[in-house]
Amino acid sequence: MSLVAKRLALGAVTLFVVSLIIFGAVELLPGDFAEEILGQGATPEAVAAIRQELGLDRTPVTRYFDWLGSAVQGDFGVSFGNQRSVAEQLAPRFGNTLFLALVAACIAVPLALVIGVLAALYRNSIFDKVANMTTLTSISSPEFFVAYILILFLAVMNPVFPSLSNISSDLDFWTRLDRTMLPALTLTLVVTAHMMRMTRAAIINLLASPYIEMARLKGVSPARVIVRHALPNALAPIINVIALNLAYLITGVVVVEVVFVYPGVGQLFVDSVKIRDIPIVQACCLIFAATYILLNLTADVLSIITNPRLRHPK
Amino acid sequence: MTDQELLIKIRGLKIEGRSEDTWNEIVHGVDLDLHRGEVMGLIGESGAGKSTIGLAAMGFTRDGCRISDGTIEFDGIDLRNASAGVKRGLLGKRIAYVAQSAAASFNPAHRLIDQHTEAPMIHGVSSTKESQEDAMALYERLRLPDPENIGFRYPHQVSGGQLQRAMTAMAMSCRPDLIIFDEPTTALDVTTQIEVLAAIRDIVEQFNTAAIYITHDLAVVAQMADTIKVLLKGDEVEAADTRTMLSAPKEDYTKSLWAVRSFSPPPKPPVPSGETPVISVNNVSAAYGVVPVLFDVNFNIYRGRTVAVVGESGSGKSTTARCITGLLPPTKGQILADGEPLPANYRKRNREQLRQAQMIYQMADTALNPKVRISEIIGRPVQFYTGLTGNDRRKRVEALLEQIELDPADYYNRLPTELSGGQKQRIGIARALAAEPKFIICDEVTSALDQLVAEGILKLLDKLQRDLDLAYMFITHDLATVRSIADEVVVMKQGKVVEQGEKEQMFQPPHHPYTDLLLSSVPEMDPDWLTNLLKERGVENLGDAAAARI
Repeated sequence: MSLVAKRLALGAVTLFVVSLIIFGAVELLPGDFAEEILGQGATPEAVAAIRQELGLDRTPVTRYFDWLGSAVQGDFGVSFGNQRSVAEQLAPRFGNTLFLALVAACIAVPLALVIGVLAALYRNSIFDKVANMTTLTSISSPEFFVAYILILFLAVMNPVFPSLSNISSDLDFWTRLDRTMLPALTLTLVVTAHMMRMTRAAIINLLASPYIEMARLKGVSPARVIVRHALPNALAPIINVIALNLAYLITGVVVVEVVFVYPGVGQLFVDSVKIRDIPIVQACCLIFAATYILLNLTADVLSIITNPRLRHPK
Repeated sequence: MTDQELLIKIRGLKIEGRSEDTWNEIVHGVDLDLHRGEVMGLIGESGAGKSTIGLAAMGFTRDGCRISDGTIEFDGIDLRNASAGVKRGLLGKRIAYVAQSAAASFNPAHRLIDQHTEAPMIHGVSSTKESQEDAMALYERLRLPDPENIGFRYPHQVSGGQLQRAMTAMAMSCRPDLIIFDEPTTALDVTTQIEVLAAIRDIVEQFNTAAIYITHDLAVVAQMADTIKVLLKGDEVEAADTRTMLSAPKEDYTKSLWAVRSFSPPPKPPVPSGETPVISVNNVSAAYGVVPVLFDVNFNIYRGRTVAVVGESGSGKSTTARCITGLLPPTKGQILADGEPLPANYRKRNREQLRQAQMIYQMADTALNPKVRISEIIGRPVQFYTGLTGNDRRKRVEALLEQIELDPADYYNRLPTELSGGQKQRIGIARALAAEPKFIICDEVTSALDQLVAEGILKLLDKLQRDLDLAYMFITHDLATVRSIADEVVVMKQGKVVEQGEKEQMFQPPHHPYTDLLLSSVPEMDPDWLTNLLKERGVENLGDAAAARI
């Protein structure tokens, strides 16, 4: 437990550092909100007026601590663009992103584990080679390319799923799921390879262990050797890779969201960067960072739980 | 005996091993007959093919090996041509295996009893519940503590000797006709070894199980086996029943194996009074974190002499060495070198202080960087400690190679992977000598080596000591080694020194009870040794009460 507390504290420190970096990075962007919004008509007076209104005339240090002070109280400020609160704008978008990530994870994780175990069981067989090649191809192709291929096959040639994912909160679950399917499948193709290959490698790594030989010499069938004797000992690295990929499902979906016009955090993030809407950019970044930290923490805790040496000390 | 009683019949067995892309024959046509209830000892040095033949008797070869010729019959079943399914049906059920390292061969993810009940369950021999009860009865019979509950622990929660007995119990779970024991006690302390040997012998007799007992330790095999087969580099040297083999070996090679334990260098003159010890361990206590592991350890090591530190695993031998080298700063006490206190932490010692004490490790395999050539492995410390470079450095390395009896012309540019185990250990010695130390810690330097090779290393160390006036701290659990090379002996148990003194005194009664236990636990060649010892200790009818329950 103290281990978990320590990791949480470290996570908080990381978040703080990340917030500093984000703030610094945004400061380095050329131009600010006032210049971007006024465009060609940016007279020095108009720019100064908007800057004063939004508090952009203060020094970066004051602005950073102002923002940090309210952020730790849960107030992420007000969007420059439309004067709505950041939380109000971000919440439904984040919900959508989570939904997409969840659907993708529910398909990708079991699929990756099953293919990984089968590939380890029938290693160097045709199945192993085909699985490796397919997943490698899908991970090596750009996401938008995978997305358009899927649209071509599953929306245009065989209209199974809609090609546009314009979901909103008033849709019922099944319609939402139906419209989320194509982006979820795209993400699945992108993340499966990594997890599947780790599963396969982690298991094969253990097959030379004396306890695996022992299991074979007890007359245990190859499938049981893999699933019961190798897999439980290979879980820690697999869990870590799964956590990294889940984090990617939340933070790395910008391209897929744009292709399918999916109203998630990624789109909001890109739009906000374009107009230098700093409060939203910062809030998005913090969410992304927190996702990574939380998922890695979960992975660490799960690794501990699956390791009898740590679970049952001497 | 008639053929019906023949359980294993191997004829002309040839096995090939792959190295890179070529197949080399490693077993060259071995015959083996094993009858029901017979225990056969397979002995030989590493590379003799003992384990490979033992596994082949199960119809199994490790990855990178293949059976190229010959027949293997188990109870009339042709194992070489049997399908994988047929073999799986036999393994675990009629033929079981006990591995060398129980700690590595139990799956760390599952409890002992779940691994025990697996074979009976998959072979349909008994229900999980029945075999759980049977496991407890077997645990009791093998004298495991708390037999009702020990099975519900994970492997890491159980000691090595207990695990080895639990593995024997697991092999017995389906009451097989044959068990292959692959060096089951090699990794154990002598006192633990006795318990395991007694337990194995007892249970094998009880169920009239046939066994192939693989080991390199002659004294052990003398206790366990009815017949002995001696192997050398994949060939049978000779085979006979145990007593004949021990009393009248025919072949020279067998005789040389028997004679190994006789190395005894001439005694050294006593230490002149008033001499300052090279290394002096003064009231040293140490702890790992908050756990105290050493308590007030005291001993001196004089120039040109060897102090053997003996004890079982966990007794604090290596921890004492870590304190001396400064890897583990003591919590109390001091290390003196030539009467001067050394800084507790090695980081605070200067190069001269570091130079004086060098170390040789147990596993020469892992102590040498496999990617670095010999010239560099020895050359680096030469340069670091003596400042020699270029041609001078090369000459010094060549001189060191000559000192360890390896031809510089041949070995200077080799990689560690191109050396045998004994040669690697010699390189380890040369690396320690490169610093021109006064004092060397030898941490179990011979325990990973075959007896003949180990003897060569001991002779070399003795010669170097006499030539260079070196002081050795010799850490070992092998009392035969102590007998041959030590001048003084320090016996340790649970972090404390229980007895110390000159070797002659130590090997003569009266002993401290623990020293006595250690000494009496070293297996002897006499085939009746174990039986007599158990009688003496009053545990003749090992687990008879438990036997009634099975």
